[in-house]
Amino acid sequence: MGWLWSWAAIFPLNNLGHYVHWHWFLVSRSNLIVIILMVLTFLTALFLPFPGRSSRKENK
Amino acid sequence: MSTTEIDRQWTTRLRKRAAGKLPPEKLLPDTQPTYVASWIYVFGVATLSSLIVVIATGCILALRGPFWWHGSQYGHFINSMHLWSVELFFFCMVVHLWGKFFMAAWRGGRSLTWMTGVVTFLASIGAGFTGYVSQTNFDSQWISTQAKDGINSGGVGAFFNPLDLGQMLMWHIVLLPLAAVVLTGLHVLMVRVKGVVPPFEESAEVAQ
Repeated sequence: MGWLWSWAAIFPLNNLGHYVHWHWFLVSRSNLIVIILMVLTFLTALFLPFPGRSSRKENK
Repeated sequence: MSTTEIDRQWTTRLRKRAAGKLPPEKLLPDTQPTYVASWIYVFGVATLSSLIVVIATGCILALRGPFWWHGSQYGHFINSMHLWSVELFFFCMVVHLWGKFFMAAWRGGRSLTWMTGVVTFLASIGAGFTGYVSQTNFDSQWISTQAKDGINSGGVGAFFNPLDLGQMLMWHIVLLPLAAVVLTGLHVLMVRVKGVVPPFEESAEVAQ
């Protein structure tokens, strides 16, 4: 399990949280990262070609 | 019993109605329309898969209890799986929601499909919140004491008290998972009944 603890040290969760604060907008850094990842995933899902889609269209 | 009497039984009528609405080939189809071959259609099933892991790990946590999930390595592992599958569940559900919102998935008589999804989302937020306050650690103490002010200001503190661990745990492990699972089941059945919503250009082609 030692390797697991060394990984855990990369993401220390026992410290105070970090926040992004801009005027009225306040969000924790971790939540902001998740939101950005969701937007990127959404855009990737829209534009990344699905495997086998062209052959399916030909068979339609 | 005569044939007329058999036809009038509620079991017969219900079976005929269910078979008419959802024949086996529609419930478990062999193929899907071509437009479903897109990554944006993957996130509904990804949400469902995450929910299965959430429920399975939640059942293990319920069997072993807080001393196990706080005090043993396997307990930590299952507890973490429960947390991260919930994170993945919400992640996939939000991407699924965005995809369906921008393709106006309530088109073609699919309003009930949309609404069951909306209510499932709300029930899941409640399940997530009650889960955070049921952790039995300092984190849950902090969240519950912060949340009680917001909930009391809404006038519902007398019925829903985040400081009452027993009440929160029951909401988290009985009422809200039941609601989420039943609503998800209905949502999937509605998708099977009405079919997957086509993109706008496909609808226009069908209309012509």
